[in-house]
Order: sequence, then structure tokens, then C-alpha cells
Amino acid sequence: MSARAVTHYEDRIVTAFTACAIVWSVLGMIAGAYAAAELVWPELNFGIPWLSFGRLRTGHTNIVVFGFGASALIGTSFYSVQRTSHVRLFAPWLAWFVFYAWQLTIVLGGWSLLAGWNTSKEYAELEWPFDIAIAVAWIAYGVVFFGTIARRKVGPIYISNWFYGSLIIVIAMLHVVNNLELPATMSKSYSLFAGAQDAIVEWWYGHNAVGFLLTGGFIGMLYYFLPKQAEQPIWSYRLSIVAFWAFVYSYIWAGPHHLHYNAIPEWVQSLGVVMSLVLLAPSWATMINGIMTVANAWRKLKTDPALKFIVLALAFYGLATFEGPMLAIRSVNVMSHFTEWTIGHVHSGALGWNALITFGTFYYLVPKLAGKPLHSVAMANLHFWLALAGIMLYIISMWGAGLSQSLLWLSLDDLGEVRYSFVDVVRAMAPYYTLRLVGGLLFLSGTLLMAENMRRTFAGTRTVTVEPPILVPAHRVAMSPVSEP
Amino acid sequence: MSLLGLHKAIENNTGLLIFGILVVASIGGLVQVLPTTLDDSLHAPAPNVVPYPPLELIGRDIYIREGCSTCHSQQVRPLLAEVKRYGPYARSGEFAYDRPFLWGSKRTGPDLLREGGKYSDVWHRVHMTNPRAVVAASIMPAYPWLAQRAANIDGDIEARLRTLRRLGHPYTDEVVQSAAKSLEGKTELDAVIAYLQWLGRHAADAPEEHAGH
Repeated sequence: MSARAVTHYEDRIVTAFTACAIVWSVLGMIAGAYAAAELVWPELNFGIPWLSFGRLRTGHTNIVVFGFGASALIGTSFYSVQRTSHVRLFAPWLAWFVFYAWQLTIVLGGWSLLAGWNTSKEYAELEWPFDIAIAVAWIAYGVVFFGTIARRKVGPIYISNWFYGSLIIVIAMLHVVNNLELPATMSKSYSLFAGAQDAIVEWWYGHNAVGFLLTGGFIGMLYYFLPKQAEQPIWSYRLSIVAFWAFVYSYIWAGPHHLHYNAIPEWVQSLGVVMSLVLLAPSWATMINGIMTVANAWRKLKTDPALKFIVLALAFYGLATFEGPMLAIRSVNVMSHFTEWTIGHVHSGALGWNALITFGTFYYLVPKLAGKPLHSVAMANLHFWLALAGIMLYIISMWGAGLSQSLLWLSLDDLGEVRYSFVDVVRAMAPYYTLRLVGGLLFLSGTLLMAENMRRTFAGTRTVTVEPPILVPAHRVAMSPVSEP
Repeated sequence: MSLLGLHKAIENNTGLLIFGILVVASIGGLVQVLPTTLDDSLHAPAPNVVPYPPLELIGRDIYIREGCSTCHSQQVRPLLAEVKRYGPYARSGEFAYDRPFLWGSKRTGPDLLREGGKYSDVWHRVHMTNPRAVVAASIMPAYPWLAQRAANIDGDIEARLRTLRRLGHPYTDEVVQSAAKSLEGKTELDAVIAYLQWLGRHAADAPEEHAGH
């Protein structure tokens, strides 16, 4: 390396990923709101194939999870891994390859889903050409990320990098196995697994895509940006590490709770229940660790919108990770499976936890990248209340809808026959679907407000150049969980 | 090496951390998922369960393309109310030729595992073209484009059958070679209806408690 080599942090790529994440969040939520409206007014697809519910809903989930969620995770991990390693990103050109490959995959992949290229395996609907593109981009991401850690100038690897690292490794494993398929044409492949076995593999993937992308990755985000924002060290570093291994070990087992009373072996289902309940411990350990970290900084909540979002996200994380294990119990699952309750549960996690912690992080990150304060704190505060109101309306309406569905579906009359026809139950859903649409629109309006706030914050500036600190970090000892006696 | 010593090594070594995560995250899959993928009893076809004929296969692939499984499950659980409503509960041997599985996770519309024979072809034709013409409160989208497209519009039925044969579906040469011909004059709507009528009618050893529909 020459003496004049570039040493400053590669932050322009963080800006690029952040901008794309914001665009995808808006587009993904518009698609979601439109799909919700189609359940209220079924004629809204106007006979256009790509606008019909089955295709649009698939586009919605993929754009939100892989466009918004993954872009936010890759971007923030590139930001934090440099700062926790005190080095510039490893192979920036490869990082830019990850950026372009990923965004191109989302653009073309989103188009392909609306065009009807669809494997139908949940959260893995993209067809085989995109599966290969994702695998290549993901491995490149891993090389950049772990390459940066390997060249770090700080002693122990900081905990946020463990969680981001588990995201990279486990998603790679799940993605490759679940998408084993034989192509018949450019747009059509057949799964290597069939029937019950395909179902077990799919939910091993599906549950852990939620586990490691939507949970593990975002905990990585939490462990870097929460202490920064609260200006407090993590309450218990040791707890974060114990919870990490418990999380990585136990999440993987929980998939079969998506297949209760389905045609798979009972021992697989039972193991799924037990491990789902076990999962409560690491989940709440992380939640408690986060809340206690803020405990000395409650005053900041009055003035700091970013911290407010992160704390509310923690509350929803606690709620969703309590509800999850409960829904995994077979006798509860009988009532919740196949109903809107599942949809509500997913959104308390996706909106309440993933979106809110990302928004909080962006409210901290974008002013840092732009080198000037947030354009409007008032807009951010309004966003906070719109988001909270939207989520509450969404979850409560889906709880009501889900419970009504299962009670009506399972109700038998005095002669032992089903009491309500299916369409009776569809009719009963109308008010809930309308409420949910209102909730979704409230949340979307908050997101639009944020996008505009961010645009104005960044208008007329470029990403600030930051050099890594030269000194050996003073917090080296404090960061180590294992202090010598 | 003590546990804490091992941990100190892991948190200071990138390679060890990667390896540690990989090992710990693999245990669940190795104990729980791998054995089920190797369990022959889970993919042995039940008696009378045969691969989808070309028209039904195309219908199934269209069902997948349109995301029908977003709203319709194909998995009757062994609960009295479900057996009463839909028919015999699902057993693993019925799905031996389902690539991918279509059990679904949501019932915005009814379960379709036992749909075959419940309604006439004509009913389905009207329903798919305009659901509210036959079920006033239905919120299903209309699929008018299915009737306007030929079932074998991309001319790839042979490629589909050959791919499935490589995966072990016992299609004879005769079926593969005559497939394109057998689809002539059929629309995508014909294919979807054929698939819906096929559903659930080939599980001969259906459990006794079938309530009948």
C-alpha cells in the first residue's frame, strides 16, 4: 500500500444504500396499501394481471424485505463495520458491485414477480436466475464485510458485527438449500424437494429468513446505533453475547411451527414448539439489554426523534417476540393459523420493529452522512405518531379479524355441522380490512414524510469524508466481555 | 481450553467466528430438517396418486404464477370443523408430485385441497372470469386474461415434463411427446379448471371420516 493510499471511510456507499432503502420502503408500502385496498374493493385490479392481488402482494413482501430491509442492513453494516474496525471498507469496488447487483436484482426481480415469475415458496418467490444473482451478490457482501473485520485495528470484534455476520452466513446457507431447483425454462423451475419435504425445507428457510434477516441483522443495527444514539455503553455486553449464541442456536429449530397439524411428522412439529418457547429467552434478553441501555438517557427521548423510534422499536420487538412463541403453541396455533392474526403478527414485527428501528437509525445516520442537522425535527415527530397510530390500527384490526375468522370457521351447530359458510366469514372481514387499510395508509404517510425530510436534509450536500481515528481506542478493554480477574 | 478462553479466541478471530456461527446454526437443520428430507416415507406417493397430466400441470403452474396460494391453502387439518367443511384431512403421500408444495399459510379464500368435483366446470369458468357473478360477497380478483391465452402459449410443456421426469416423476415418452398436441385448442382457463377439478380426487385411501360434499 502506498503512503498516499486512500484511508477515509467509504461512506458514499452507505448513502447510496440508505437512499435506495428509503425509495424501496415507499414503493413497498404503496404496493402493500394497494393490496390492502384490493381486499376492500376487489375490482381495483381492473383486470390487469400484474395488479392482481396474488402478484402484487408477492411484490410487496419482496420489495419490503429485500429492497427496503436488506438495503438498510447492508448499508448500515458497511457504516458500522468500518467504525468498529477503524479501517476503510475492504475492497470498495466489490462493495459497489454488491450495491449495483443488489439494486438491479430488486428492480428486475420485482418486475419479474409482477410478470408472474413466481416459485410460490414464501419469501423465496424469485425464480432461479435471481436466486443465482442473489447468491453471488450475497457472497460478495460477505467478502467485503468479513474482509473489513479481518483487517481491523481494534482488538475484539464488536457485537454488532457478530449479528450482521450471522445474517450473512445463515442467510447464505438457507438461501442456497431452499432454492435448490431444476430450471425448465428461463422463468420456470421445479423444486428439488417435493410435498411434505419441500414444506419442511421452505419453513426452515422462511422462519429463519425472518430470524436472521429481520431479527439478527436488525439486532446488529441496534447494537451499533442504539449506544451511539443514547450515548451510553451497552448495559451488559456479556448478556449480548450469551443472547447471541442462544439466538443463533435456537432460532433454526422453530420453522415447523408454521406447519402445525399439517402433513409432517409430529416430532418435527413438537420440536418446533419447544424451541420456539426457548427462543423467548434470547429475544427478551436482547430487548431488556436495549431498554436498560437507554435507562440512563430517558431525558434524550424528549428531544431526540431518532432515539424515540429506536425505543419504540424495542417495545414492538418485545411484543412480537412474545406473541411469536405463543402462536407456536399448537392449541393457540389452531386458532391463528391461516388467519389474519398471522398477518398482524408479521406487521407488528415488520412495521413495529424493522421499519421503526431503521427509521430511527436513518434519522441519526443521514445528518451524519450529510454533515448537517436534520431538516425538520417537527416532521420527524409527526412521523413518529403517524407510524405508531398506523401500527396500532393495523395490529388491532388484524387481531380482531384473525380471532373472528377462526371462531367462525371452527364453529359447529347442534347437529355437528359447520355453522357458517366460508363466504359468511369473508363478509365479516370487511370492517377489519377497511381499518387495516387506514392503518397502513397512516404508516405510509409517515414514511413519505420521512423520505421528504431526508431528501431536504441531504439536498445540496455530498457525503462527508471521515478518517478513522489514529489512536488505539480507549474503550478497547471496556468492549471485551471477558476481563481478566 | 476453558469456555471463556475459547470465547476470547472466537471474538478475536474472524475465521473462528464465521466457523462458530456456521456450526451452531447448522445443528438444528442437521437434527431436524436433514432426516426428514431423507425419510422416504414422506415422499412415497399414496396409492392412486399419479403425476399431473400435461393440462393439469400447466393449470397448476398458472395457479403458481398468479399467486393463488397467497390466499388459498391446500392443507386440510385433522380438525372436525375442517374435515366437515373441506373433506378428508391431508396426508403426506398425496403431495409426492407437488413441486413445490402449495399448502399455503393463509385462507383469505377457502382451502382447495378437496376442490375437485365440488363445482361444475361451467361454474368455475364464470367464477374465474367474474367471481362476483356467482358469489356476491367474493373479494377474489377476476382473471379475464386466462381465457384469452393458449394453455401452451410458450410452447414449453415438453421442457416442463422432461424437467419433472429428471426429478423422478414417471412420465412416459408417449406422454411427453404427445403433450403439446394434447394442449392444442385449450386455454389457460381450461388448464386451471382441469387442475382445480383434479385436486383431491386421487387420494383413494382417503380416511373414513370423510363427511362427503
